Amino acid sequence: MLDLDFSFRRDDFCLQVCAKIDAPITGILGSSGSGKSTLLAVIAGLLKPQQGHIALESRALFDATARTWVPPHQRRVGLVFQDGQLLPHLSVHNNLLYGYRNIAPEQRHFDLAEVVKLLEIEHLLERKANALSGGEKQRVALGRAVLYSPSLLLLDEPLSSLDERLKNQILPFFLQIKTECRIPMIYVTHSPREIDFLADKQLTMHDGRMSDGQV
Amino acid sequence: MLTQPEWQALALSAQVGLWATLVCLLPGIACGWLLARKNFFAKPAFEALLFMPMVLPPTVPGYLLLVTFGSQGVAGQWLKTHFNIEFAFNWKGAVLASAIIAFPLMVQAAKLSVQMIDRRLEQAASTLGASPIKVWLTVTFPLMLPGILIGLIMVFSRSLGEFGATITFVGNIAGETRTLPLAIYSATHQIDGDAMAMRLIFISLAFAFFALLLSNILSRRAEKWLGVNRA
Repeated sequence: MLDLDFSFRRDDFCLQVCAKIDAPITGILGSSGSGKSTLLAVIAGLLKPQQGHIALESRALFDATARTWVPPHQRRVGLVFQDGQLLPHLSVHNNLLYGYRNIAPEQRHFDLAEVVKLLEIEHLLERKANALSGGEKQRVALGRAVLYSPSLLLLDEPLSSLDERLKNQILPFFLQIKTECRIPMIYVTHSPREIDFLADKQLTMHDGRMSDGQV
Repeated sequence: MLTQPEWQALALSAQVGLWATLVCLLPGIACGWLLARKNFFAKPAFEALLFMPMVLPPTVPGYLLLVTFGSQGVAGQWLKTHFNIEFAFNWKGAVLASAIIAFPLMVQAAKLSVQMIDRRLEQAASTLGASPIKVWLTVTFPLMLPGILIGLIMVFSRSLGEFGATITFVGNIAGETRTLPLAIYSATHQIDGDAMAMRLIFISLAFAFFALLLSNILSRRAEKWLGVNRA
């Protein structure tokens, strides 16, 4: 499904990845500075590698040799940030529909009402994004990414800013998304417990390199 | 009550202020965004050039405008020949002088408002299928709006107070270029002008106070709107 073979260098840091990712939820574990978030930014198209190629479902997103570069808005790769990154000037309702409105109706695989019900955020729809708690923000960010009907969903430490109680509340929603929406996910975290709970396959990042025997 | 010349000065100031604000709007946003987001050759020199009217004696840009856009100036002659537009010694020249002096305020406000935007918001929008133009229109620009509004208030207020560049470039002609500060200046040079000067000074004080108050209120509302906490 996702074919990665690239190197990305910035200042003294070098990220070198060679992996094929095809599990429904792939967990990537690693300490701070190991390159987890950089890896997701490269897959999403927010950073451009210097060498190699990236392909999603046989579609080249990046190929240094062929000079192929698909910009982030054309990749159909959703990214849920650590702190949600909801648009502060929009209501929850409009945040949820932001990506949904950017795709053609025939590309929309999910319905607003279904996602809202699944994530239990019906009561938040009219609120402004900055009036939400941390857990609510993450649920809305997840719903917004799902409604964009991405081919791949990247989750960048989505629970790291939440306390244990909220983490336990939100983790099941990710499983719900996996079973109900069937969007492949790459879940990055430094918590082995979250990986054990969610991931079908586990990879580890260390000093810009990925390992599970596939490096 | 105000006399007819006082009303005239007030109306002319408002006219000049509004036009100067309008003239500064789009270039101010563009320059602010450019300075906040882009690196390019000679950027420090470009920025220094843009902000020079803030530190120069206003008579300097006023004189430079006179020699460039005056009836004998290269730009002035060209505009007169091709578009029949004249700046010297009329209210359009006062607009140009005010706009040049106040422009750095618009640039500064726009630049700060862009710098305050978390770039990950724009990245989030792009990973949700928004093209760069759509990201600018639906994320960057709305989040810049409070700063732009404050910039507009500051430009308008500064335009109302513009004196040095205006009097150097377009003179002090009643009904044509005699704005509020020039009317105060003229009143202070008349034997019986004290009362008129005081009335206009009171208007200037009131206006300056309310403009700054409005700017402060808008700034606080914007911070609340964007979820910024301030003591």
